[in-house]
Amino acid sequence: MNAAALIFSNIHDSAIPELTSTRTMASVPFAGRYRLIDFALSNIVNADIEKVGIITHYNYHSLVEHIGNGKDWDLARRAGGIKILSPFITAFENNVSRKVYSTRLEALYGVMSFINNCKEKYIVLTDSDLIVNIDLKDVVSKHEKSGAELTIVTASRKAQPEDDTDQTYILDTNSDGRVTTARTIVPVDYQNEANVSLNIFVFNKNYLAEVLLDGMAHGYRHFYTDLVRNNLEKSRIMTYTYDGYYARISSLVSYYKESLRLLEPEVRNSIFKVENRSIYTKIRNTAPTSYHPGSSIKNSLIADGCVIEGTVENSIIFRGVKVGKGSVVRNSIVLQDSYIGNNVSLDCVLSDKNVVIRDGVKLSGHETLPFFIKKRTMI
Amino acid sequence: MYKKKECVAMLLAGGQGSRLYALTSTMAKPAVQFGGKYRIIDFPLSNCINSGIDTVGVLTQYQPLELNDYIGNGLPWDLDRTFGGVKILPPYQGQGKGDWYRGTANAIYQNMHFIDLYDPEYVLILSGDHIYKMDYAKMLDYHKEKNADCTIAVINVSIEEASRFGIMSADEENKIFKFEEKPKKPESTLASMGIYIFNKKKLFAYLEEDEATEGSSNDFGKNIIPAMLGRGEKMYAYPFDGYWKDVGTISSLWEANMDLLGDDPKLDVGSEDWRIYARHDASAPQYVGADAIVENSVITEGSEIYGTVKNSVIGANVVIGKGACVCDSVIMSGTVVEENAFVGNSIVADDVKVEAGATVGGKETSPELITLIGAKNIIASGTTVAPGETKYSPTV
Repeated sequence: MNAAALIFSNIHDSAIPELTSTRTMASVPFAGRYRLIDFALSNIVNADIEKVGIITHYNYHSLVEHIGNGKDWDLARRAGGIKILSPFITAFENNVSRKVYSTRLEALYGVMSFINNCKEKYIVLTDSDLIVNIDLKDVVSKHEKSGAELTIVTASRKAQPEDDTDQTYILDTNSDGRVTTARTIVPVDYQNEANVSLNIFVFNKNYLAEVLLDGMAHGYRHFYTDLVRNNLEKSRIMTYTYDGYYARISSLVSYYKESLRLLEPEVRNSIFKVENRSIYTKIRNTAPTSYHPGSSIKNSLIADGCVIEGTVENSIIFRGVKVGKGSVVRNSIVLQDSYIGNNVSLDCVLSDKNVVIRDGVKLSGHETLPFFIKKRTMI
Repeated sequence: MYKKKECVAMLLAGGQGSRLYALTSTMAKPAVQFGGKYRIIDFPLSNCINSGIDTVGVLTQYQPLELNDYIGNGLPWDLDRTFGGVKILPPYQGQGKGDWYRGTANAIYQNMHFIDLYDPEYVLILSGDHIYKMDYAKMLDYHKEKNADCTIAVINVSIEEASRFGIMSADEENKIFKFEEKPKKPESTLASMGIYIFNKKKLFAYLEEDEATEGSSNDFGKNIIPAMLGRGEKMYAYPFDGYWKDVGTISSLWEANMDLLGDDPKLDVGSEDWRIYARHDASAPQYVGADAIVENSVITEGSEIYGTVKNSVIGANVVIGKGACVCDSVIMSGTVVEENAFVGNSIVADDVKVEAGATVGGKETSPELITLIGAKNIIASGTTVAPGETKYSPTV
């Protein structure tokens, strides 16, 4: 594939501060054994894109740890492969304009050298708050055929209350699919289907380098309002309509809801059971999960390396979790390496990794407001 | 460029596993699946890396494709190295000579030049058909401490079992004075685990000599060890008291799998301080459905359980349909047990389809009456495979 890719690892961190206070959005654990970036990375690898840069900002220790040298995604390469692009600040620089980036466009300015060094014809940009299994090969080939300079992937749907932020962009198009405006939502979008951007972009590499230089010269800061909107007339900017399943993690509640939706077979299959498009993640070499005598499991997704002695219902259990005897875990999400003692009761709980819940503790939230337990808490 | 290594491991993985034939018709025994996500060879390979031995030659011969593919560049075991790592050593045609491996000793003999690349003091000989966790570094320390020429790992077996093994008699210092291969009347219960450490120079001398001996079966147990003993070389038994199982028969393979179950399993593969590494595909976490019953079982990622699973070991990407029941069984990866089918007291190899309502094996739990279904079989709807019956793979 004649394309390279860039992943934004921090762009939406502020959406779920509970889970991103010590990690990037990209390294938020999801679906029992994954991190959110696995979906973006797997989509890229499955499209035979072999050069990937990950744009980081802060807190990226967990991300570096997860990615390693990239071999779990087959991206440990001499030529190309995966590169973590750490933030760049010139030494002794006090100038405000050279601070670490705060917008998507500024982040791109910071990786100009990566972009310039790409010999590939196209550059795919993607965020890491999206859970989707999308055929990027098809997106790039449609982009190529349409003669566009930039193609933006959109989903056609009605707006939801959580879209009412400056993070959700609507792209209105003419009958050819060419973008005519880029805007945030308006009330009518709640009634009619609108083209909601998934923040997956395919650029012609030369075009991207050119508009970034132009943007720097003009002091542009915002990707949609400056770069996209200012180029609508001059450039051919198209949409690609994706109509499969996807989820965007925009808050703790949406994290909880989208996680539990994985219990629906259609949702699970549309992410994990697509032919030739597996989702890859870091291999941990944990043993298979062991269900002891007296355990009871209903409608749950359970990762490897767990020891289950109690009852688990309608829940997602991550790798290396222990659920003790007589404990009941319902409608909950328990992140990796947590220890749940005996006779514990959890209902609508979202517990971060390495949590210890001692014998007999009872905790309960509500499905609209899960009870959140911070990483490394002991209760 | 080669870096000198203190100890090189040679893993004998060419065995056919004739008593496991329904499982080994298309692959070498070390490639047989075990414990849900493992293959037998994961145990010696993981032991090597966990013991700090990073140079391993794997001697293959019988049906090597699957095994070669599985080992690949050794990445899952951290054996993809610039210096050392895992190397597959098939028999080869040399100038003027060339042969299949005629025995365990001959296999090592034919690869002496490989060992010499690393100029080691010691050679560790392993076999690819045992399930155990063992620190070879401790055994090597013991070998050095005893100033031995050869150290053989031994395990205490019952006197009834002893005639199935190579049996060692040793003095109170563990110095071996007698060795008998499968004795009718065993004089000791110290069984050889098929794990040897040799001083390289001694080993090479005996291999050369054995090769020159007409009519030798070129076997460690039958030829090399007795020859060394006969000449009074310093040979020590290294007692091992952890879990160890020869999985050369259907019933022992089944038993070893069952040893993973229970509140306090005999074989613990989950401990973080001695990980067993394996190569595996990317699969989603396992899903246990709303009407499923899962009791006392081990289940691997990618599986979907809608029916009942009791006292069983389930491999990766297995589907157990609604109303189906799997008890006291080992189900290998990719197998589908459809709705209302029954599988009891069985080993079902990979990619088998047990169609709706079919019956495989019986309700009685017994290691002597294991039903065995070879890979890629289809057990038609409504049919029955009797307890103790074996169904070979359709390709054979």
